[in-house]
Amino acid sequence: MVTTQLLVVGGGPGGLAAANAAASLGIEVLLVDEGLQLGGQLVKQTHKFFGSREHHAGVRGIDIPDLLMQHQGKITVLSNTAVIGCYEDKVLTAVTGEDKYFKIRPEAVVFATGASEKFLAFPGNDLPGVYGAGAVQTLMNQYGVLPGKSVLMVGAGNIGIIVSYQLLQAGIPVRAVVEAAPNIGAYLVHASKIARAGVPILTRHTIVEASGTNAVESAVIARLDDDWQVIPGSEREIEVDVVCLAVGLSPVLDLLRQVGCKTKYVPELGGEVPLRDSQLKTSIDWIFVAGDAAGVEEASAAMVEGRLAGAAAAAQLGADKGEAANVCAQCQASLDALRRGPVGAKIRAGIAKLEGDAANA
Amino acid sequence: MQDKDVIICRCEDLSREDVRKLIAAGYTTVEEIKRISRCGMGPCQGRTCLQLLAREIAAMTGKEIADIEPGKTRPPAKGVKLGALARGREEHE
Repeated sequence: MVTTQLLVVGGGPGGLAAANAAASLGIEVLLVDEGLQLGGQLVKQTHKFFGSREHHAGVRGIDIPDLLMQHQGKITVLSNTAVIGCYEDKVLTAVTGEDKYFKIRPEAVVFATGASEKFLAFPGNDLPGVYGAGAVQTLMNQYGVLPGKSVLMVGAGNIGIIVSYQLLQAGIPVRAVVEAAPNIGAYLVHASKIARAGVPILTRHTIVEASGTNAVESAVIARLDDDWQVIPGSEREIEVDVVCLAVGLSPVLDLLRQVGCKTKYVPELGGEVPLRDSQLKTSIDWIFVAGDAAGVEEASAAMVEGRLAGAAAAAQLGADKGEAANVCAQCQASLDALRRGPVGAKIRAGIAKLEGDAANA
Repeated sequence: MQDKDVIICRCEDLSREDVRKLIAAGYTTVEEIKRISRCGMGPCQGRTCLQLLAREIAAMTGKEIADIEPGKTRPPAKGVKLGALARGREEHE
């Protein structure tokens, strides 16, 4: 049995920030991550972040994990280790590699388990060549492997648009980006980059079908009406060998749900999300959440949420209350700033839906 | 468009046709369909398919997605070798 004051599950932006914040407040932290290398999705983010300096603007995502691991405290890192069980008596089970199975007993836990990609139901959706955008980023940006020769991108949110741009940089033509919604969800500064490169971004369009003998050889796209139904006769076939799905993410909550944390369906935040208070504590007193697991947003917000959850957990574990409260207040102001304006409207609406219930959680 | 070519659960190879037949036969919750078909019980543990399944149930029963219960989640969250579990037990005795 491994014991620790604070267990952080997940070494992406949220988990790293949580570990850093708690360790900096003098709390002993065990950070467990499934990957071989810390950073979560940051290890694929070859582009520079933007926003403000406080949120690492101008730094490439791949360089952020090292910044987040700079601290004066005590963090023990267990990589290549998956937490697979979470029980009411504060015991968690984990497995390192394939063979070492053991228990962890912490005093509190921050779950920063991230999100999983949503999938779409269409004929041919399991043909080789149908990828999630995360897989395309892993292949190209981590391993230097091209996913195919030409691509249909499904989804014009930030991920769809950024991965389209990265495909173009790798020399792979993107034949079109289709987006079912009437508007482009991504920051327009990125969308206009790929539009200038000649990639059509077709809003109110969807993929109808992928076909091919042993792998994707073509895809059919079509226009949608205002009720999201395909307009008959608008179908057209395009020759591609890759269909890349970037149609949203959902929080990964399996461990939280095992132990009985209350959740609610909030589509603005990616689907089923844990109820939590303004300091990211769930309906269970010793469990906090941060990052996409707390509601799908983006890496900058995940880092601030991580810091907030780490500091809030630290305060509960006996760290200096005044110091911890200062960190929490800074983080809350920082989150408000990130979620300001039209870009944050959806997130604000989602969080408003959660807050009503958190009081009763 | 053929429902048998639309895969809902990749791990257990269940098509939209398979799932719709189950719903039509009266299995109208995620939990029931999981138990009778193994939908969501493969290596991905439902991360890919359970939302698609919920959408199919909602479409066929006329319910809102928000009202579809997501089904139970139990340890382990991913596959573990029996040998690893057995050795883990020895260590704690």
